[in-house]
Amino acid sequence: MTTPLILAVLALVAIAVWQLAKIFELSQLSRGKKSDSTIADDEDNNYNGYLLFAFLVFIYGITIFSFSKYGKMVLSIPASEHGVDYDRLMWISFAIIFFVQTITQFLLHYFGYKYRGAKGKKALFYADNDKLELIWTIIPVITLAALILYGLYSWTNIMDINDEGDPLVVELYAQQFNWTARYGGEDNVLGDASTRLIDIDKANVLGLDESDPNAIDDIIVKELHLPVGRKVNFYMRSQDVLHSAYMPHFRAQMNCVPGMVTQFSFTPTMTTEEMRLQPEIIDKVKRTNKIRAERAAAGEENSDPWQFDYVLLCNKICGKSHYNMQMKIIVESEKDFQNWIDSQKTFSETVIAVP
Amino acid sequence: MAHEAEHHHKETFITKYIFSQDHKMIAKQYLITGLIMGFIGIAMSLLFRMQLAWPGEASPVFKALLGKWAPDGVMDADIYLALVTIHGTIMVFFVLTAGLSGTFSNLLIPLQIGARDMASGFLNMVSYWLFFLSCAIMLASLFVEAGPAAAGWTVYPPLSALPQAQPGSGLGMTLWLVSMAIFIASSLLGSLNYIVTVLNLRTKGMTMTRLPLTIWAFFVTAIIGVVSFPVLLSAALLLLMDRSFGTSFFLSDIFIQGEVLHYQGGSPVLYEHLFWFLGHPEVYIVLLPALGITSEVMSTNARKPIFGYRAMIASILGIAFLSTIVWGHHMFISGMNPFLGSVFTFTTLLIAIPSAVKAFNYITTLWKGNLQLNPAMLFSIGLVSTFITGGLTGIILGDSTLDINVHDTYFVVAHFHLVMGISALYGLFAGVYHWFPKMFQGRMMNKNLGYIHFWVTAVASYGVFFPMHFVGMAGVPRRYYQNTAFPMFDELTDVQILMTVFALIAAAAQLVFVYNFIYSIFYGKKGSLNPWNSNTLEWTAPQKHIHGNWPGAIPEVHRWSYDYSKTYEDGSYIIEGQDFVPQNIPLQPNEEELNH
Repeated sequence: MTTPLILAVLALVAIAVWQLAKIFELSQLSRGKKSDSTIADDEDNNYNGYLLFAFLVFIYGITIFSFSKYGKMVLSIPASEHGVDYDRLMWISFAIIFFVQTITQFLLHYFGYKYRGAKGKKALFYADNDKLELIWTIIPVITLAALILYGLYSWTNIMDINDEGDPLVVELYAQQFNWTARYGGEDNVLGDASTRLIDIDKANVLGLDESDPNAIDDIIVKELHLPVGRKVNFYMRSQDVLHSAYMPHFRAQMNCVPGMVTQFSFTPTMTTEEMRLQPEIIDKVKRTNKIRAERAAAGEENSDPWQFDYVLLCNKICGKSHYNMQMKIIVESEKDFQNWIDSQKTFSETVIAVP
Repeated sequence: MAHEAEHHHKETFITKYIFSQDHKMIAKQYLITGLIMGFIGIAMSLLFRMQLAWPGEASPVFKALLGKWAPDGVMDADIYLALVTIHGTIMVFFVLTAGLSGTFSNLLIPLQIGARDMASGFLNMVSYWLFFLSCAIMLASLFVEAGPAAAGWTVYPPLSALPQAQPGSGLGMTLWLVSMAIFIASSLLGSLNYIVTVLNLRTKGMTMTRLPLTIWAFFVTAIIGVVSFPVLLSAALLLLMDRSFGTSFFLSDIFIQGEVLHYQGGSPVLYEHLFWFLGHPEVYIVLLPALGITSEVMSTNARKPIFGYRAMIASILGIAFLSTIVWGHHMFISGMNPFLGSVFTFTTLLIAIPSAVKAFNYITTLWKGNLQLNPAMLFSIGLVSTFITGGLTGIILGDSTLDINVHDTYFVVAHFHLVMGISALYGLFAGVYHWFPKMFQGRMMNKNLGYIHFWVTAVASYGVFFPMHFVGMAGVPRRYYQNTAFPMFDELTDVQILMTVFALIAAAAQLVFVYNFIYSIFYGKKGSLNPWNSNTLEWTAPQKHIHGNWPGAIPEVHRWSYDYSKTYEDGSYIIEGQDFVPQNIPLQPNEEELNH
């Protein structure tokens, strides 16, 4: 109901702008004798100079506004080991960005205001200064060198996917438009699989090789459970188009590519229950449920109260229902995890034998 | 004037306005085609922004414009993706590559280097008409039965290769690829022409180090285009083959809609490499001409030489070189070897150095100037502002570690819209306001409408794209038809509405520009021959367009183009009563050539 109304208003605004522009233009024409309507004169330089200064205030203002209003909405508390490192690097980068942004925008707009033109004013013929240029080449070089080194150090650590420390092995399997997870079972080894072996009639939806002994005890599920504090090595596959396994709370993402197996690894540090008790998350849930309660009051759908959960999203355009390709992630204690996985059926129990 | 008549062979309407070989007419053809495409692209963005702000709500606008794609006035998810895809394609290629570079390279290269026309007027004409053809095919693809391409502007296979994967990957995708192939041919013909013209047809005295920075930017842009566009052409052709002839360049092991496809051994990652080998240089193809225009407009209106002329050339060259070895930063999490990711992090962050030099040099150009705040000047200052704001977040996206969690989120969308979208559009507007009299026989645009246009656009574009960073940092992926499937994004709906309202305001401001543009073509006030008191050669050519640009001999060049406010030691201007010395004025007695 509000949409057409808003649209109508905006259409009217557009027409009004057009008409105002015309009137404005015509009024300028009639006053044309006094001032030229095409080239800036002192008066224009003056008020545009002031506006440039005002614009600087606007940029600072929208920065402060956005931080105070939207800052709390960004992903908080990382739930993985490397996530802490990730967030630290992010905030260092942000600190540098804001420092540079504040100063350069100030200089740009302040100069625009301060040196606004006037008749008879003389500009300074100032074409070169090697020392200055050297300074603002060297400073970025040093800053960037530091950022590059820190970044590459973290990157190498994060992407070093190895078998040290008895990692849990999990396959994330993507298809339009849902996720499936596969665990290695007792032996913690994933059995061979290929899209060519997919047999829907036999309920072999991931194309596991039935003749591979490692595949027999694999466990295929629609909800991702992870034990807290244990490294997880993910192996990603896709059966149709590109997808991306995005787990924002864990600062983790990797594309799923048909024809190849991609990898990512992280160690979850906080169970779902613990995360729900974090003050930031409590606040977020409160804010969200307030919105959802308003929706419920208005009789709208999608208004049930929400409880925080980790989630796996698809983050590579994959078709019509891309926006709803998700899987719940539950991080729990080692004991709860064992109980859960013991209660799941293995591949050999679910696959339908050839009649 | 007798001379002029000699150069004129008989012109019919068709040779003058349609199949023209005159660079000035071709520039106008590029500009007007680019602007029309631009308004289509912007209109599309308004449609999907409305869907994002009011997800799933019916609207008569959708019903009217989208027809069967909006049953009961509710936008369909497939058409949402198609709109996003075509918006990106149109804005990047048709508006900011052809519309910006095509217009100003064509208009300014011969005029500013002192040439009668492009090296090959015929190729130039062919280049425009290929561009026109590719626009027509792209627009035609909007009307095919199953809808236009909808796999994102990067059209990654397999999504773009398999009609089973989405309806847009049928005929719509074929037309997209054909249109792009023709576009690339057009761009290559144009670029080769620009390179040859700049190298061979400079007038006497116009050495490479006396060239205005606009020409340097167009020249280097053309080189980047020649180096990288052919790679996209091969990607497009291989994709066409995968789609139509059953090859497996990019496809392997696919099971879709209940059947195994025959493709074996290809890799989508290969396509990503080929695409981004153009795709990344492309952002500089878009940006460098805008920066070139800014250099010229800023120096002229500051009444000061551009600061660090040689450093500016060096940074253009540095950016051009680095731009061809950074493409992998779009692919940190594509599954390619992480070591390669480290290399691309390194090269990517290096590119921040020449960019920083450029930004600081612009700021210093303003320092102690006598700033004539014409609309073109404001757009140039605005460009530097958005270039800084957008460019700085590149430090985050170019860092492979940090990219992990913001990759493909709205953080990326905010970053590239500011640093290349808005910045390049500002460059385009600055160019139009500044060179309008050169294009339209001395007529000028109205400055007050220009001011309204600039200020509303400037505020609204920050209003759209600044808060968008926060949406990205909250983890919202781009290319989601709606964010309602995740309660964790519920509280961001307000931000979406704010951004959409600003987008609508920004679009309304462009109507002011359209009005000013069209009105001024016919009724604009005629200005003087050199309205901005500029040094470059184009302002010595007559307002009325003639073949060959100058009625008599081509002017000779005796100095660089930035002798603004140059004085003798006693503080008096080189030419009394005038704070600029055009390039065709010989060195005066006792004057030292200061060519920095």
